[in-house]
Amino acid sequence: MTGGDAAVRGADRIVRGMRGDWEAVIGLEVHVELDTATKMFCSCAVTKGDPPNTHTCPVCLAHPGALPVVNQRAVEYATRIALALDCTVPPRNVFHRKNYFYPDLPKAYQISQYDEPLAVDGCFDYWSGDEKLRCRIDRVHMEEDAAKLIHAGGETGRITGSEYSLVDFNRGGTPLVEIVTEPDIPSPAAARDFLQQLRELVIELGVSECNMEEGQVRWDANISVRPAGSSTLGTRTELKNMNSFRFLQQALESELPRQVGILEAGGTVEQETLHFDPETGTTTPLRSKEEAHDYRYFPEPDLVPLAMDPAWVEEVRASLPELPLARVARFAEQYGLSRADARVIAGPGALARFYEAVVAQGVDPKLAANWTMGEYLAHLNAAGLEPGHGHVTPERLAALVRLVADGVVSTSAAKDVFTKMIEERAEPAAIVAKHGLGRISDSAALGPVVAEVVAANPSQVEQYRGGKRQVLGFFVGQVMKATGGRADPAVVNELLQKALDG
Amino acid sequence: MIGEDDVRHVARLARLHLEQDEVGRMTGELARILAHIDKMSELDISAVPPTAHVLDVVGVTRSDRVEPGLSREEALRNAPAVVDDCFRVPKMG
Repeated sequence: MTGGDAAVRGADRIVRGMRGDWEAVIGLEVHVELDTATKMFCSCAVTKGDPPNTHTCPVCLAHPGALPVVNQRAVEYATRIALALDCTVPPRNVFHRKNYFYPDLPKAYQISQYDEPLAVDGCFDYWSGDEKLRCRIDRVHMEEDAAKLIHAGGETGRITGSEYSLVDFNRGGTPLVEIVTEPDIPSPAAARDFLQQLRELVIELGVSECNMEEGQVRWDANISVRPAGSSTLGTRTELKNMNSFRFLQQALESELPRQVGILEAGGTVEQETLHFDPETGTTTPLRSKEEAHDYRYFPEPDLVPLAMDPAWVEEVRASLPELPLARVARFAEQYGLSRADARVIAGPGALARFYEAVVAQGVDPKLAANWTMGEYLAHLNAAGLEPGHGHVTPERLAALVRLVADGVVSTSAAKDVFTKMIEERAEPAAIVAKHGLGRISDSAALGPVVAEVVAANPSQVEQYRGGKRQVLGFFVGQVMKATGGRADPAVVNELLQKALDG
Repeated sequence: MIGEDDVRHVARLARLHLEQDEVGRMTGELARILAHIDKMSELDISAVPPTAHVLDVVGVTRSDRVEPGLSREEALRNAPAVVDDCFRVPKMG
């Protein structure tokens, strides 16, 4: 009863089983840690990397009698996310206690929200391949993060083999926003696209850096399958607490054929929580059914309902920046970029701002886009830099683009100039002058090179003269090679034809 | 109607250990409490909004400004065991 026979075909929506076609139904619950100065319900600093248990107080350690007070900035940040996701923000929301025992939760409940969350009924549009997809957002609510558990005692500090666990309460109480989608995501690849673009959105809103390594963004995915074209919902399984886009996609891609295999063999999918093992690429059940959580939510008596002033909500809405999806559309329109190019450049805010600073220098937007997406982005990735950092300023990239546009340097020579701009931290024009990288258009300089190339390749000359005119391209290539890509192609063509037609 | 299995389940969620005679007694007591709730359900409250809190007030918030908390020594003073400046707890997982 394994699903080995059913194959998942990449981003394709359809999962082919032995007995027919199936489709995936995926929903996500995304947790985002907010970049506030203080915790959700107390005035302890939110920090990263400080010595353990140096940012605690009676509230976040759950000392008896300590009372929570809501962080206004956290409400504002959560509201920004909610409004950017087109949610309705009701005039009041209510905090609930979510009860469970675990050492990272000193109160034995997490303060969260339940039937009256901060915001409901939104949607998020995102790109998957060439398609713009819409995912409905069920709700956005506020809660607090748990403390950090360190599994110690074993050699490697891994959870297995450890004799005890250690608790660091610095993270305990950090403001969290949970975004819950409807099950509208049609494929594992789309789930990955959704999360990557949601992360870009949240970064753009300035409410979280969404640092993946520090676990500032984490998510649970639920997935079920149904016959292709059907509108019923199958029994879903859950993948808990993931924070890698790639592993999410892999986990979903391994879970789909497993469910299809069970259903096609006449079995039923168990509703359970699964753990994905990246080593084996398979999922295994995490905990048994008897331990299924029963959180016994009830209204938090220590906090009265929170009123949301509609005028204030509108102020927050008015303060939202241009969102990535709108910016992609604007870039395509305003700068004449293809949609695919606009998505690369306009998706991440920092890169979009860099690009607009380049264009502001008055250079051709399309050429600027090619250089931003090509050499510049490759440089950022190689150096591990964020857009706008490093030695390549918008002014310098614009200057280089202008040299290319004006024919001062060839495109291939310009790539050398770009590399040297980083190495030498210098202006492109200065590099061209210093290294003699300018375009060679002078017939007197190119004539001998052309003559040499023609002389060195007699058989190609014969082919050309025998009527195979496309061999000209070979000669142009040779001259370019000999001049380090600096020769002016128009002059080279002219000189070559003269020499060959002779 | 609440049964002994429900009582055992709730006790387990609350990490309470109940002896068999306590399970029996609790089942009776909880059944009486639930009967009282059922009695209240006879009231027509369709026009009454759900109560989230007994006080008819809305919440106040605080500004996002860091205030001093506990020193690490103070924070760890009540810990039954301390290792590497952390609270040591029984092994999890």
